Amino acid sequence: MSEHLLEGATGPWEMVIGLEVHAQVISQAKLFSGAATAFGSEPNTQVSPVDAAMPGMLPVINRFCVEQAVKTGLALGARINLTSIFDRKNYFYPDLPAGYQISQYKNPIVGAGTIQIDFKDRPSRTIGITRLHLEQDAGKSLHDIDPKASHVDLNRAGVALMEIVSEPDLRTPEEAGAYLRKLRSILRYIGTCDGNMEEGSLRCDANVSVRRPGAAFGTRCEIKNVNSIRYVQRAIEYEARRQIELIEAGGTVDQETRLFDAAKGETRTMRSKEEAHDYRYFPDPDLLPLVLDAAWVEGLRAALPELPDAKKARFMAEYGLSAYDAGVLVGEQVAADFYEAVARGRDPKIAANWVMVELFGALNRVGKDIADSPVSAAALGGLLDLMADGTISGRIAKDVFAAMVETGKDARAIVAEKGLVQVTDTGAIEAAIDKVMAAEAQKVAEYRSGKEKLFGYFVGQVMRAMGGKANPAVLNETLKKKLAG
Amino acid sequence: MTALTGLSIAEARDGLKARRFSAHELAQAHLDGMAKARRLNAYITETPAIALRQAAESDARLKAGDARPLEGIPLGIKDLFCTKGTLTTAGSHILDGFKPTYESTVTANLWRDGAVMLGKTNLDEFAMGSSNMTSHHGPVLSPWRRRSGNADLVPGGSSGGSAAAVAARIAMGATGTDTGGSIRQPAAFSGIVGLKPTYGRCSRLGVVAFASSLDQPGPLARSVRDCAILLRSMAGHDPGDSTSVDTPVPDYEAAVGRGVKGLRIGVPKEYRVDGMPGEIEALWQQGVAWLEAQGATFAEISLPHTRYALPTYYIVAPAEASSNLARYDGVRYGLRVAGSSIDEMYELTRAAGFGPEVRRRVMIGTYVLSAGYYDAYYRKAQQVRALIARDSASAFETVDAILTPTAPSAAFAIGEKMDDPVAMYLNDVFTVPASLSGLPGISVPAGLSGDGLPLGLQVIGKAFDEETVIRTGAALEEAAAFNHKPDGLAA
Repeated sequence: MSEHLLEGATGPWEMVIGLEVHAQVISQAKLFSGAATAFGSEPNTQVSPVDAAMPGMLPVINRFCVEQAVKTGLALGARINLTSIFDRKNYFYPDLPAGYQISQYKNPIVGAGTIQIDFKDRPSRTIGITRLHLEQDAGKSLHDIDPKASHVDLNRAGVALMEIVSEPDLRTPEEAGAYLRKLRSILRYIGTCDGNMEEGSLRCDANVSVRRPGAAFGTRCEIKNVNSIRYVQRAIEYEARRQIELIEAGGTVDQETRLFDAAKGETRTMRSKEEAHDYRYFPDPDLLPLVLDAAWVEGLRAALPELPDAKKARFMAEYGLSAYDAGVLVGEQVAADFYEAVARGRDPKIAANWVMVELFGALNRVGKDIADSPVSAAALGGLLDLMADGTISGRIAKDVFAAMVETGKDARAIVAEKGLVQVTDTGAIEAAIDKVMAAEAQKVAEYRSGKEKLFGYFVGQVMRAMGGKANPAVLNETLKKKLAG
Repeated sequence: MTALTGLSIAEARDGLKARRFSAHELAQAHLDGMAKARRLNAYITETPAIALRQAAESDARLKAGDARPLEGIPLGIKDLFCTKGTLTTAGSHILDGFKPTYESTVTANLWRDGAVMLGKTNLDEFAMGSSNMTSHHGPVLSPWRRRSGNADLVPGGSSGGSAAAVAARIAMGATGTDTGGSIRQPAAFSGIVGLKPTYGRCSRLGVVAFASSLDQPGPLARSVRDCAILLRSMAGHDPGDSTSVDTPVPDYEAAVGRGVKGLRIGVPKEYRVDGMPGEIEALWQQGVAWLEAQGATFAEISLPHTRYALPTYYIVAPAEASSNLARYDGVRYGLRVAGSSIDEMYELTRAAGFGPEVRRRVMIGTYVLSAGYYDAYYRKAQQVRALIARDSASAFETVDAILTPTAPSAAFAIGEKMDDPVAMYLNDVFTVPASLSGLPGISVPAGLSGDGLPLGLQVIGKAFDEETVIRTGAALEEAAAFNHKPDGLAA
């Protein structure tokens, strides 16, 4: 247990972390207007009079966004609240046209749920989800166009967000990262958020405090809007150490909102508790309470795809994979599907090895996602089949795979083209062995006088002489016989 | 006033169909009257070009025998309704130059049915007021005068321009909005009929919001029948307003003349407020007698939370207004007063753009929603609102309609009550409870005060039972035979 503690000057400290994630809902239209939501459009081209808060405009809930939120709640094993209420969160800012954000305050659409996070070297942990609610995104203020004025782009204003709040159950930056990855994986599985942190469709606020192990919670600081998992972890680490130093120097932590400066790797005050807004939440009188039909919710539950945890358990049971390998493979649905396509009818462990080591390694090198892998699952399967039926050796297979990544051709074509078919003809192998033994008489003598380590050397020489195409088993057997004299 | 401008909507409809006069003539007669009656300041924007274009289309349709329900009927539109391409001010400086790119659902419904727009009528700023004195575009003068003097009187508010225009025969009818009495009270002050429908009956889409849970568009006209005709076109479900209700729109006009025989009507004892003039009490009794004579039965009912209605209203409405008016920040449209920072721009814009009454309500609303006061004010007010709604719901278990005065006094003079906001708020004492409960109410002119000013009686009905309200209002109208006309009419 002690590995998650931070050592201060006066003894160990425990971090207490809770995350608030804003996940942009995948939807063609905004939460309360019919305007489109595509990322990267020209500024202010995806704005309806509702989004611009023109006088007399009224919000109308987008049913599909509600469906997306309920699906997410179900995937988090959470309570779905059949009645929820939209509230107004009031504050002035130029990218918030109405002067209020429509959000859910006391009565969110989704209540308590859980997320299980897995580790390579220790047992899984279950992290509590406090709630999930629907709200509108704000627009964007652009400060770099005009030296004297700020511009506002309202394309994002009114886009649906799910705010997913965790319990303060996380104890290390590593756990925070695992939580975010798992949450993103679930969102992508069910298609409710694309999880793209660079484009801002997944944003994270971290609440961080420190305490002596087992003591009551300390005062927390909220770090706003961190835009990568790595930065979230660094921000938490920095913030926890800052708080420890402060307390150990006799100070106290002030509850405040802080910003993470990624360039400097530090957090700094954004606004203090005194400067905190009074949001004057109240139920939005333009919207009726959102009432869901229980049968409709059950229909969505029944239609959920197999989720990462279930898939992982199945991969372990069905394919005999280790918990870690199964966990890696189910992280992304595309990877899991890819793996299953490769493993079907083949040795599942060899398939896992090839997908996780060779394929992931190659994708990493060429900087591609598995979704646009140059080698399809069928093609990789074809390669494994050539190995299984003895057409090529494992060593050749790696070369063939490299050629597949480069050319996109299938394994059989490459093998034929390059004449890489494995030689199992004993006569050819014997001839090659004889040639090597004749050339290396000295070493043969050494071997025969007991230096058996030289066996590998002979294997290498024969293989090289045969361009790597010798069937390793036949080669080994024949060589052993011949060396024995 | 000409013969044409003195017609009712029903009469004009028949005259147009019979081709006794054209829609063009009818529109022109009104436009001429408007030009002569500018002293009243009933219109903020006159739209003669639109009126004549619409009238021409109406004449073409009338000629083709293809008349729509409101073909050629000239109307005033409260300047709280957004009208595409036409200046829409909400009576406020802060919307300077604002021409919407969209049309409100209610006005779109009126144009769909063939109505003609004469112009945008004056109103209290953002519909906040009972006198039309808070308009940035200046007060509206009532066409009525006291027998005892020539002081200019208020038309009531907030739909003061609409009420004055209809009373002065420079519109056959007009749209209004009623949040706490803004259709019914100016109708009563101006000697005309005003109908506030059930909350959710008419779409609020495209109506500049004051207090969203209370705002409700409705008609003002010179007869109950005319209000019924207008309401049928204005009402209807709008998917663009989540609080609009999907229930069929009946032929309201058919309810006129159905009589009140057999109706049970309640008189709430709590509406006998301290200081109410005797002539209003007497008129109320007269109203009971008229309806009894036509076969209605009366019962005293109790609405025990009535006395809390006004304070509840003056918490709920400003709370919603403080949030609804946050969008007027100088960033996207209307007035902008530059500042050295964004906060300063907000402050200067809003200080310059909002008048004192709007600022007062924004501040009250902000206060009652703020941390530490929310429970004591806003939450408590919502709880009391629920009790008030329960009062009327239980009353309507035993009665079909409720009869009350519309306002506790006749119209007052320009400048009176301006130094005492609470005295001004008391004007709404009889209209606010139905607003808080979302119920339909009509004000019908029923008599004159001792000083020769109109007084109104109010009929409140069950939710979505506008027909009983219209039936009862028509019966009162017939009995009262109110045929007094204001002497300040355009010559």
